[in-house]
Amino acid sequence: MSLDEIKIGGMGASRRRVEDNRFIRGKGNYVDDVVLPGMLHMEILRSPLAHARIKSIDVSAAWAIPGVRLVLTGEMMAARNLAWMPTLSYDTQAVLATDKVRFQGQEVACVIADDPYIAKDGCEAIVVDYEPLTPIVNPMQALAPGAPLIRDDKENQKDNVVFDWQVGDKAATDKAFASADKVSKLELHYPRSHPSPIETCGSIADFDRSTSKLTVYMTTQAPHIIRAAVALVAELPEHMIRIISPDLGGGFGNKVPVYPGYVMSILASILLEKPVKWIEDKTGNLISTGFGRDVYLKGELALRKDGKILAVRMHTDSDHGAFFSDAQPSKFKIGLMHSAFACYDIPAAHLTARGVYTNKAPGGVAYRCSFRVTEAMFFQERMVQAAADDLGIDQAEFRRVNLVHDDDFPHRTAFGFLTDSGQYAKCLDIGLEAIGYKDFLKQKEEAKKRGRLLGIGISTMTEPLGAGNSRAYDILGIKMFDSAELRVHMTGKAILRTGAKSQGQGHETTWAQIVAHELGIPADDIVVEEGDTDTAPFGMGTYASRSTPVAGAAVAMVSRKIRAKARKIAAHLLEVSEEDVEWELGRFYVRSAPTRGVTIQDCAFAAYTNMPDGLEPGLENVSYYDPPNLTWPFACYIATVEVDPQTGVWDVLKVVAVDDCGVRINPMIVEGQIMGGLTEAYAMASMQFITFDSEGNCVGSNYMDYLLPTAWETPGFELHEVVTPCPHHPIGAKGIGECATVGGPAAFVNAVMDAVKDTGVRNIDMPLLPDRVYEALTTKKDISGFPPVKTDA
Amino acid sequence: MYPSRFNYESPKTIEEAIALLTKGNGEAKILAGGMSLIPMMKLRFASPEMLVDINNIPDLNYHRADADGTFHIGALCRHSDLEKSSILAQHQPTLAATAPLVADPIVRNRGTFVGSVCHADPQGDWASAMIALDGMIVAQGPKGRRTIAVRDFVTGPFQNVLASNEIAIEAIIPATKGIRFGGYLKLERRIGDFATAGVAVALELSGASVIRAGIGLTGVGSSTVNATDAAQSLVGSPLTSEAIERAADLAAQAAQPRSDHRGSAAYKKQVVRTFVVRILTEINSTKTKAA
Repeated sequence: MSLDEIKIGGMGASRRRVEDNRFIRGKGNYVDDVVLPGMLHMEILRSPLAHARIKSIDVSAAWAIPGVRLVLTGEMMAARNLAWMPTLSYDTQAVLATDKVRFQGQEVACVIADDPYIAKDGCEAIVVDYEPLTPIVNPMQALAPGAPLIRDDKENQKDNVVFDWQVGDKAATDKAFASADKVSKLELHYPRSHPSPIETCGSIADFDRSTSKLTVYMTTQAPHIIRAAVALVAELPEHMIRIISPDLGGGFGNKVPVYPGYVMSILASILLEKPVKWIEDKTGNLISTGFGRDVYLKGELALRKDGKILAVRMHTDSDHGAFFSDAQPSKFKIGLMHSAFACYDIPAAHLTARGVYTNKAPGGVAYRCSFRVTEAMFFQERMVQAAADDLGIDQAEFRRVNLVHDDDFPHRTAFGFLTDSGQYAKCLDIGLEAIGYKDFLKQKEEAKKRGRLLGIGISTMTEPLGAGNSRAYDILGIKMFDSAELRVHMTGKAILRTGAKSQGQGHETTWAQIVAHELGIPADDIVVEEGDTDTAPFGMGTYASRSTPVAGAAVAMVSRKIRAKARKIAAHLLEVSEEDVEWELGRFYVRSAPTRGVTIQDCAFAAYTNMPDGLEPGLENVSYYDPPNLTWPFACYIATVEVDPQTGVWDVLKVVAVDDCGVRINPMIVEGQIMGGLTEAYAMASMQFITFDSEGNCVGSNYMDYLLPTAWETPGFELHEVVTPCPHHPIGAKGIGECATVGGPAAFVNAVMDAVKDTGVRNIDMPLLPDRVYEALTTKKDISGFPPVKTDA
Repeated sequence: MYPSRFNYESPKTIEEAIALLTKGNGEAKILAGGMSLIPMMKLRFASPEMLVDINNIPDLNYHRADADGTFHIGALCRHSDLEKSSILAQHQPTLAATAPLVADPIVRNRGTFVGSVCHADPQGDWASAMIALDGMIVAQGPKGRRTIAVRDFVTGPFQNVLASNEIAIEAIIPATKGIRFGGYLKLERRIGDFATAGVAVALELSGASVIRAGIGLTGVGSSTVNATDAAQSLVGSPLTSEAIERAADLAAQAAQPRSDHRGSAAYKKQVVRTFVVRILTEINSTKTKAA
């Protein structure tokens, strides 16, 4: 009698993504698709210099252009106390520059006009007189004695240090290092990159004087946080603020922070009493909004002869750009960097982390990762491979020796996290088998005799996904829970709203599958809505792979509340006591007479037409879910490569991915996430980085210079799975959206480093562009520590 | 992105287009494929007052091999037309090797061969092939037509000898006296990226002996490099490995690359050297197999 769960699109069904129906027809509704009556257009004038004092700004020529409605400068913002805004990391950020510009691309003025062409003409007509100052483009310069002070706007800021922070047990770590057989050291730079969603940032602010209501269409991954920020910062009444995040063309962390353009469009709409649209251009997006990474590592492992890791010591210097605007909700200054080595059983660890200001755009967004976890896992897996090589132990065996065993859970990591589940060795074994590890090692030796360079790289890691639990994680004091509201209509159809915000993850598809799993309502009968703060329950948005761990759990919990009420209605309809009612998917029945039953749809109809005495009519509820812990998926990625010794070009031969993200809701979507993540991992390893010349000019301000791989160069991926259910998640799921982006880069880099190992080279910083590989091969020297910009001049 | 204001004209004949260019007085630009012009306009690096769109002029989209052995490519012949051509490989091996490596498939669908040569980007692929083949451009202006060798046509980065009211209407590859061999290799960081370095080789062989050689280098100078010494060193003898190594060394010497984010000058020279060796070695083995 029970329903076939796969047939109704429940858990485990590779259901086609319902949102794609409109996307592939060009019927998506993005911010730029929204057109409001009388709408004006805003363009931003950006600084051409990385560090300069503003002597004067002459906007008269812009005002003279027909069709220009408003020109805003820092001075005008300052008059309204809006020249600076607080960041999500308790720093301040300039909305429009008043005193100095602190990075190339910083917002200096904006023009609002009848159309975007006129607005752009207006920007070109503005004359700014700059007095150039010495630019600082990396932490070494920022920390040098006598370095110019970037943040002279801040009282008590005497140097360019943002924070100096540490975690772990220094004494125990020092002791372990003192007794180690060998110490393996590695210095690295994880280069700055840009999340680069295809859709740039943008907003349409629409302030209606007659109702005092401010409606803002905005490209945001976290609409409720924006509403809270506007209410708290701009002191507008919260019930008069409506943030609508419509379809998003990708986010990857880029659309979590609050950007100056949003604030300017809101102020302009309030001043002009007209809707004001701002759509960032691609260059603006690439040079000014939320970068990721840009962290330098000094790493050390204390090792015993037999391969056991005794302790980890790490120091990081992170480049945050001109303003510390990391959008991360932990109390830890460098995010979850100390989740490094969580999959290994290590007695002691100590991390020191220093953040610095530079004349670069504000960085530190979690580009498809959980707050510095990408850097953490990359550093970890590069250090692990170097340590295995230093000891002369096979890299797979070295991992096996140190991985946490299945029966050691729950496991407290050396840095204090609690991991709860996994089958690490099994994942590694499946990966080694799939790549043909032993055969490849033989092939590699054979190829070497003919002058060919083959290499194999492994990356194994568990990462903390799903911020957070409210005791440890918050943004601006708001706890990191999430929410779901389910309303079942009379005919058994339903609408589900959550506090998350899909930007490509497929929530409209997968949330319905969780409801189908819990209630037996076919997924096709459930519509999912997100992103409108006037209708969705309060939630913290989508990033850090938190949607399934947190909002997804709320969907399961609210469905269970609905089921509990439906059970009372079923008892009423079946004329038995509630205790005598049993549940199977989609149906309640009488325990003693299983053929006597009512469907969930029968109960829904009765909720509106025939409810029992004393029970409220209707069938709807809301859940707020505060997870007891992060979720800890595990992944093993293995890549093989061949390096061309004459050009440094390397080709990927094969990639194998083994992911354990617990129970999979929609396997097809999970696989899509893994393939997308591996593509980004390949991108980081091979080509993708934003760099700066000595003047602070951004090299990578368009897609000719900032390289995103396409289907033409991306290798194929072979996917495998292991399922270890999450012990605390209501449906056993763990986060998966970011695993491959986080764990993937080290597999590619380790493979190339394995191929060139005989030269003695231990590290080449990403991206492993052919010229850098060739240089390392011929000079036999590491290429570490500085972004690669060479010029003749 | 939003370009500056401009007028758009869509003439139906070449004469009409020339008249518009004359009227534009140096401030008009020809729009053919637009694959370089439009991005420059949207970034406002270029702000022409007038665009003269030649896409509606008939009979400019062709490529053909004439009975006298010359090869002709019309002003509206797209890169993809050449890539998919059924006659290119048999007549023009260097061009056939280049066609699939130009930019990316999207650009190849719209961009034109002649437009690319006129654009005179030192990183343009076709210019190197044209240099290697001693190609020519036919220009038409108010006073009629003239034919200009590509080596004289390009005068510097993004500069050519066309008058402001002349249109390049055709490219011509001269006839061969021997059997043609050729190749093109390019190193790019990603498909669609400009070349880190590229090498075009065009050879004519009579028996085992090279009777004409041309080598053009992409992306390693302020304009396309004509590696004449390297090419000349191959003429008059068979393609021995010594000859190949010597030509490769001379080509690397002829390259004048700058160090930049695509690689150091020394690295780019190494790539040029490697590619010359690889193309010539491949030609040698193809020739041997054919014999």
